[in-house]
Amino acid sequence: MSYISNTLQEKEEMLKTIGIAKMEDLFKAIPQEVLFQGKLEIPAGLSELELLKEIKEQASRNSSLDEMNSFLGGGAYDHYIPSIIDHIVSRSEFYTAYTPYQAELSQGSLQAIYEYQSMICQLTDMEVANASLLDGGSATGEAVLMASRITRKKNIIISKSVHPAYREVAQTYGKQQGLVFTEVEIKDTQTNLEQLDSAIDQNTAAVVIQYPNFLGSIEDITKIKEMLNSFKRTLLIVIANPIALALLKSPGQLDADIVVGEGQALGNTINYGGPYLGFMACKEKYLRQMPGRIVGATTDQNGEKGYVMTLQTREQHIRRGRATSNICTNEALNALIATIYLSVMGKHGLKEVAEHCLRKAHYLAEKIETIPGYIVLNKGNIFHEFLIQPPGDTKVYYEKLKEKGILAGIRITSLGYKFDALLVCVTEKKTLKELDQFINALEVVKNG
Amino acid sequence: MGKQINESKSSIKNKAIGNTKSEPLIIEYSSSGRKGYSLPKIDLPNKDQELSELLPQNYLREELKLPEVSEVDVVRHYTLLSQKNYGVDSGIYPLGSCTMKYNPKINEDIARLDKLSNLHPYQDEGLVQGSLEILYKLKQNLAEISGMDEVTLQPASGAHGELCGLMIIKKYFEDKGEERKKVIVPDSAHGTNPASAAMAGFDVIEIESNEEGMVDIENLKEVLDENVAALMLTNPNTLGIFEKDIIKISELVHNVGGLLYYDGANMNAIMGYVRPGDMNFDVLHFNLHKTFSTPHGGGGPGSGPVGVKEFLKPYLPIPLLRVETNSKESADGTGRDAKFNDNNMECHEIGTTSIDDNGAYDGENQEKDIYKWDYDRPQSIGKLQAFYGNYGVMLKAYSYIRKLGANGLKETTENAVLNANYMKARLKDEYHLPYQENSLHEFVLSGIKQKEKGSSTLNIAKRLLDYGQYAPTIYFPLVVKEALMIEPTETENIKTLNKFVETMKIISREIEESPDLVKNAPHTTPIGKLDEVKAARETNLRW
Repeated sequence: MSYISNTLQEKEEMLKTIGIAKMEDLFKAIPQEVLFQGKLEIPAGLSELELLKEIKEQASRNSSLDEMNSFLGGGAYDHYIPSIIDHIVSRSEFYTAYTPYQAELSQGSLQAIYEYQSMICQLTDMEVANASLLDGGSATGEAVLMASRITRKKNIIISKSVHPAYREVAQTYGKQQGLVFTEVEIKDTQTNLEQLDSAIDQNTAAVVIQYPNFLGSIEDITKIKEMLNSFKRTLLIVIANPIALALLKSPGQLDADIVVGEGQALGNTINYGGPYLGFMACKEKYLRQMPGRIVGATTDQNGEKGYVMTLQTREQHIRRGRATSNICTNEALNALIATIYLSVMGKHGLKEVAEHCLRKAHYLAEKIETIPGYIVLNKGNIFHEFLIQPPGDTKVYYEKLKEKGILAGIRITSLGYKFDALLVCVTEKKTLKELDQFINALEVVKNG
Repeated sequence: MGKQINESKSSIKNKAIGNTKSEPLIIEYSSSGRKGYSLPKIDLPNKDQELSELLPQNYLREELKLPEVSEVDVVRHYTLLSQKNYGVDSGIYPLGSCTMKYNPKINEDIARLDKLSNLHPYQDEGLVQGSLEILYKLKQNLAEISGMDEVTLQPASGAHGELCGLMIIKKYFEDKGEERKKVIVPDSAHGTNPASAAMAGFDVIEIESNEEGMVDIENLKEVLDENVAALMLTNPNTLGIFEKDIIKISELVHNVGGLLYYDGANMNAIMGYVRPGDMNFDVLHFNLHKTFSTPHGGGGPGSGPVGVKEFLKPYLPIPLLRVETNSKESADGTGRDAKFNDNNMECHEIGTTSIDDNGAYDGENQEKDIYKWDYDRPQSIGKLQAFYGNYGVMLKAYSYIRKLGANGLKETTENAVLNANYMKARLKDEYHLPYQENSLHEFVLSGIKQKEKGSSTLNIAKRLLDYGQYAPTIYFPLVVKEALMIEPTETENIKTLNKFVETMKIISREIEESPDLVKNAPHTTPIGKLDEVKAARETNLRW
């Protein structure tokens, strides 16, 4: 069942106008030797009714997060999504539009991006932001490349407390340009500051720190920034959790040079890892090295305010091989979602969400610590994630809890850490009952 | 004639799109203390504890500036903004190379099913078998459509796919101990081609096309040597013309040890007719947001899966989706790592799920299949995204392919090509057609005749907006002066095409008879022509 509306008669009429007899003649420029003679091995098409039935059957083999008590986080967060978001982004003038090349018929998308950039700047306390990148991981990759362009240096220092997948993506991106990565070990769930200090030298292009870090702890960025002060042209890249920024001192105040992060938490469905959006903000002096689209305000011939894509000479469609990045399509609709989320939650709502996370995580961590045998590993301060070690094999405990309908967290060995622990995440969606169910289950599985 | 133009002018006034009044920024609706959200009360013993007891004072943020608005404010503001936008649902969107086809609504519904969307990327594989099955079948379908052996779904956009493909090529030569630095790109290529090649660390060599708009074999021979890693091509090319010498080109490149990269932006022109794999391409990317009907979202999210031939499989990004059958798992009984060794014959790859005589999936086989992510890939280029790619977009693309089936896909291509050729036939007398060769799903006109009369292609594009129709891609490909690159797609019908053709003809006449009307366009859009120079000089990028 395809979406073609030309009738047989209309097709005949069109062929006549073109001056050919049959459909196949449209393809006569294709040499016989490459023409596909067979039939694609793809099953016959379905009606809408059949399609929906088949897909629902397949989907029934999944267990959705609402069917379990999940404590999974690690860069994909199950926050509450206000109803209005899907209603607004389902307006097809937004979601069926292309990249806003014809500004006069794209003022809706363009103004929304300008608002997005503004709110990302407010949240991070940085001077400028772009229109979005592909996700938190690729934003980290773009950030290290950008730092290398600005400093004309190749060495990147990245803490092992940064999300393992972001580190991998950054290295995949960076090694193409000959960047050299040094990973700094962790100590008590935070970056080992002594080791970091001795790793930094005049060849360091940037230090990459996550805030709060992947293991849940809040890094002492003030101290890290001090280490950089004695070196010229060494940038601080901070990967920030946008929800945590409602409570935490902003990266701008901590004098970060480039701030990136995963924007999914801002109203985007968890969606098995994508589509998400990477955000990026920086000091204004680095604006021209920033990758991706940027929207600016201007006026039309009558002095009316309007918005256009600007500073496009940084981009691939103008600069081709010498662009700041190859990025073209970004995550505009996800950025629109983030914009609506930040608007409707606003100053007070975002802070309240963050407080829920903070208080619930503290409650849970403190309770778990009182159960004999369980250890909370985070020595520093936490926001909404922390590491626990059960009294026995983590895998066995994880599986036993799963049988009780609890996803107890991410086993960090599965992401390359040398020691095992569960990374537990709590959001505002967790109720006291769900937290207590988890606590009780931890006691029960320990005893049998 | 003048009368007709005046009439059309007055009628378009009535069709003005959206609100012409400028809409304030959301922050301008802000009032101290106004709220638009509702959250539960915090019901914990620590609810009254000072924040400074939970976080040290020196970590606490002093001030957060964000809007303070009501839910109604937000709904009205963004509804109004949407009215200043134009999407495929508003009308024809003939952007060449962008394949702005209709985005079926059933796909949106499917991607929003709780059982498919409310899933965490670190959920156990056993809890997401339904989704993994869909992703696996999508991979199979894409491999079949393109004639490739294996597919990764990880890249999040077309350019991301290009970068992925070029990294694969780079790693392949590194492993062979060859240091090849050059990537050849025709001058008609998409801007992302050279940008991706540069980002992957290659030197970009641009070659001039011949008079027919195709790869100039002699030019190609001149730059071919053992330092060439790849030639990037899209076929049909950006002029919509099929590179008829593709087999010869592929032999020339392969003879010096180089590889062929296929830019899948124009896949809508060939489904069921030609497969890039059969044209000897070694690597390609798809644009699910073009060929496979997923919406563009005003600039994303897209999805750019990458397909490769057998010998490049080890280099695909981590993780790669695999399937195994239950019976074999019990016989094996080892851990994940051992099972998914590349040399292990027990794991299945693309092309093993069977289709029965009626063209439906063989249901009995599926029950036994277990889908898993394979992380043990020592030769892989690494990771391009934190998780598995733009999963939500993949669901929509799968839904589209499943709804169309093999026949529907072929029919799609036929009608995309029919529509483009019909428009070309009807416009080629009014506008200059620089290349006479047969074209497929898109064609490129030049506005040089109109330019001589004083109106540029940009003026024509802006004037089209006045008539409530989106403009074609303009000034691209770079090889055509005053280019208008038109791709109607298969989902438009003859009536819509005729309307667009008539409008293009009216504009051409307007250029002669009331040139200022065209030069000062647009007149009826929510805003007039915007000052881009000012935007770049006096940067205002935030409130």
